[in-house]
Amino acid sequence: MVLKNKKLKRFSFLLAVFLSIALATFFVLKALDEKIVFFYTPSKLFEKEEDKMQYIRVGGLVKEKSINFSDDGLKVNFMITDNKNTVNVMFEGILPDLFRENQGVVAEGRFNKEKKIFMAEKVLAKHDENYMPPEIHKALEEEK
Amino acid sequence: MLRKLHKYANPNKFSLIIMPIKNVCLYTALPLIAIGLIIGLFFSPPDYQQGETVRIMYIHVSSAWISLFAYVLIFLLSVFYLIWKFPLFVLMAKEIPFVAIIFTLITLITGSLWGKPTWGTYWVWDARLTSFLILLFIYLGLIFIDKAFKYNVNGDLSFSYLSIIGAINIPIIKFSVDWWNTLHQPASVIRASGPSINIEMLIPLMIMSTGVLLLFFYLIFTNIQSAIAEKKILFLSSKD
Repeated sequence: MVLKNKKLKRFSFLLAVFLSIALATFFVLKALDEKIVFFYTPSKLFEKEEDKMQYIRVGGLVKEKSINFSDDGLKVNFMITDNKNTVNVMFEGILPDLFRENQGVVAEGRFNKEKKIFMAEKVLAKHDENYMPPEIHKALEEEK
Repeated sequence: MLRKLHKYANPNKFSLIIMPIKNVCLYTALPLIAIGLIIGLFFSPPDYQQGETVRIMYIHVSSAWISLFAYVLIFLLSVFYLIWKFPLFVLMAKEIPFVAIIFTLITLITGSLWGKPTWGTYWVWDARLTSFLILLFIYLGLIFIDKAFKYNVNGDLSFSYLSIIGAINIPIIKFSVDWWNTLHQPASVIRASGPSINIEMLIPLMIMSTGVLLLFFYLIFTNIQSAIAEKKILFLSSKD
């Protein structure tokens, strides 16, 4: 019986150690929440009050039929949407291969509040958790 | 019932027991990895979005799972050691980080090579990537703390407590993609609504992961045996 109690004591001590660390980590992460998110959605971007030209990231889907290349093909203009708000993005540079309509993208750059244009310095593509062969994707599209 | 298991806590006996298990692990692991790689690299379909680059997944995901699983194992062994005080538990736990850190490195390197063609960047500081890098540093810390106290019981305690503190990072890695928006995709296989990955890709991934898991066991069993032998030599030489 004595032995059992000793083990129970050790166990409760470890549990207390683990729970306190978990709690501390939880508060730290909670406090840092805004900093940990990799990008803001367009809605979040508009909510933000700061009018400084901060270097930030905006993420969402590329809006359908919103991609316009300039005549020399270097500059591109497109809209990022979270299905509630959209933001106009200007970018000059190389786009990732996955960049296309309705694809998740993250643009890094500065938001010009007066002109309502996001001047991107870098565009990253996001891919989702769905993996399938092209034929199956085609079949799914046709079903729609 | 637990008493019956006590005899296996004898390092000598344990070393003999894992001998055949170790070999079974190795000789099952190698063909599984070979089959997994051949199907994954040559016979599985390309992805509708990523094309052929998706094949990095078979190495990236399986080694990522092992990196996380290895930590869970270290954590459990450390907890068992601190409760039951059998030295064998911590002896086993201490042999894991060195193997696990290699899988963590493979995950980070293949991930960054995969990131360039799909995302357009080798590295970003999003929650998933950062927490995984922290896992690498935790493994490094565990290795260093083990080396610092090599022949001292204090080392066992420090190692166990550090591994328990570091364990908090494991759920953070797993759920980082759900709690915060990240560039890294959310889970495709281990998720509430079932795998969102096509069966033709899931099968080679599973074969590959089983193979890598068995290879991992082979490696830690080998390390454990040599650690037991080393302890024995030390004990015998200290007797003179």
